[in-house]
Amino acid sequence: MVNMTYVEASRLAVREAMQGDPTVWCVGEDLGRGSVFGQYLGLQDEFGPDRVVDTPISEAAIMGAAFGAAMVGTRPIVEMRFSDFALCATDELVNQIAKARFMFGGQSRAPMVIRKPIGIWRSSAAQHSQSLESWYVHIPGLVVLCPATPQDNYSMMKAAIACDDPVVYLEHKNIWSMQGEVDTTIRAELGKASLRRKGRDVTIVSWSETANLCVHAAATLAEQGIDAEVIDLRSLWPWDKGMVLDSVRKTGRLVVAHESVAVGGFGGEVVATVAEMAGDALKGPVRRLGAPRSLVAYAPNLEDKMRVTKDMIVTGAKETLGK
Amino acid sequence: MDKSHNTQTARDLLVMMERIRAFEEQAILAAERDNLVLGAIHPSIGQEACAAGIMTHFNRDDILLSTHRGHGHTLAKGADPLAMMRELLGRTGGCCGGKGGSMHIADFGVGMLGANGVVGANITIAAGAAHGLKMLGKSAIVVDIFGDGAANRGPFLEGINWASVFDLPILFVCEDNQYSATTKTSAMTGGPGVAARAEALGLRATVVDGNDAEAVARTTHEITTRLRAGGGPEFLHAITYRQTGHTSFDPASYRPDGEAEKSIADNDPIARQRAVLGAMGLDRAALKAIHDMAQAEMVQVLADASATPFPGDETAFTDVQDLGSPVQEAR
Repeated sequence: MVNMTYVEASRLAVREAMQGDPTVWCVGEDLGRGSVFGQYLGLQDEFGPDRVVDTPISEAAIMGAAFGAAMVGTRPIVEMRFSDFALCATDELVNQIAKARFMFGGQSRAPMVIRKPIGIWRSSAAQHSQSLESWYVHIPGLVVLCPATPQDNYSMMKAAIACDDPVVYLEHKNIWSMQGEVDTTIRAELGKASLRRKGRDVTIVSWSETANLCVHAAATLAEQGIDAEVIDLRSLWPWDKGMVLDSVRKTGRLVVAHESVAVGGFGGEVVATVAEMAGDALKGPVRRLGAPRSLVAYAPNLEDKMRVTKDMIVTGAKETLGK
Repeated sequence: MDKSHNTQTARDLLVMMERIRAFEEQAILAAERDNLVLGAIHPSIGQEACAAGIMTHFNRDDILLSTHRGHGHTLAKGADPLAMMRELLGRTGGCCGGKGGSMHIADFGVGMLGANGVVGANITIAAGAAHGLKMLGKSAIVVDIFGDGAANRGPFLEGINWASVFDLPILFVCEDNQYSATTKTSAMTGGPGVAARAEALGLRATVVDGNDAEAVARTTHEITTRLRAGGGPEFLHAITYRQTGHTSFDPASYRPDGEAEKSIADNDPIARQRAVLGAMGLDRAALKAIHDMAQAEMVQVLADASATPFPGDETAFTDVQDLGSPVQEAR
């Protein structure tokens, strides 16, 4: 076990993968200087500019070129800086990468990790704060991952690089400095959720930074005599229906919480699945917590209006219990 | 080159052009007469000299990316016409198992990494294929073919700049049939043209008569010789003419009166190549034999493809992805 930060964890995973496989490479803007958040610090010195490739500010070309290079036998790690900028490469991801294997009748694979840092982070306003994970879940062909801890950012990055599917890898910008113990022998099984806290009274389902908030909310609930179970999905496609359904069948109560806009969010998919497959187990109203369908503002007080808070999670959990 | 070599090369070009045209004529019949091609097809009739001339100088292990108007390029790269026709008909045994159709035809076995339904989208992908080959130390080179309409899309700038910055072994070809779908491209394009745009991004650009198969082949040979010697990316502007509408169902009534008729009468690439061979001494019977053989081949291809069954229903859910595939989800 080694103590490290969330950003150090994925950097170590990338470094080890590059040491182990000469076809793994990184491509994006400013990687030689570590990229925006230091995710690549030192990697160009170790592996050279041909494997840690600095590019023009050309998101479509970064995404498209990485795809072309993947089709001829390399395994690119694509850096988009901010998930918002990845929208400049939407055709490349959605129409090309996600569809190639199917359209070409299985002739091709796109083993790529596409890193798109998400989330509200320090007055970054509407074009640097979005969490659009539900968009990507809606695109057949893609795997969608949202690690929330240093351990997961290490082991899920390792698994993502080894995966032959295109993986949309959504790190949260607000937790780069989060510390945690990392066991480098742990191998992530993509699609399996993480049981962050075991409990009997209410099931709380979340992912990314909000999952960490849910763990804190569960501690507050425990002080009030409510034993919450916290499930961090960490992989949104595929997602661990089994763990969620088993938990709801046990607790009979469900809260889903995420940072992204609630309307059309993945929380709705979780709730609908529970309603379809374990609806008879529900003993109280469901609570779905997400952002209002508005935009993330610059001013801190306005930005805060878009956040799902620990208190909202606590209140939501109590409401499912009629308290 | 001696005279016999010239004659053989010229004959090969004509054979390929006749085969491409015959393939597309049969595909159009399959669409319009037989109702067997249910989706859109985009014929390249009139543009065959580009496909035949360019592909003469690309090997099987070289990489091709093409467009929605890519039957000719694919055939000339070495794909099996029966597998191609089956794909157009959505049948089992099609290049893509009937899942892609005309617009997504691909044959990785001959280095053809896909036609594309999105104009200009192949440019960045092709640059990346060249990037990957260079990274892996492979000697293969890449040819990326797109139409004149693609020069007005963002990937034209981003992809060609990328190839220039990373000095990649790739030939970009603008196969200019003068129409962006149903609009005259010249009416929609600012500045001095696509070759000037490529030059501005640092590429050596060459303009060629895209209906002169000999000139296309000769120019491509000069370019590929430089590429294989380690030269940087190049650009070829091949000016041709689309004798049909945008799709096989488009009557192209937007064209000025007489424009298509004049091009067909004076500038048909197959007629021009027949004239080249005639001047080399091939008689009319020999030329007719080439034509008849191509026609017979593709009539048989359509007959065989039509007799092939549709793919199994279960393949609607295969080859989506490994993790969380529809097959796993249905369990």
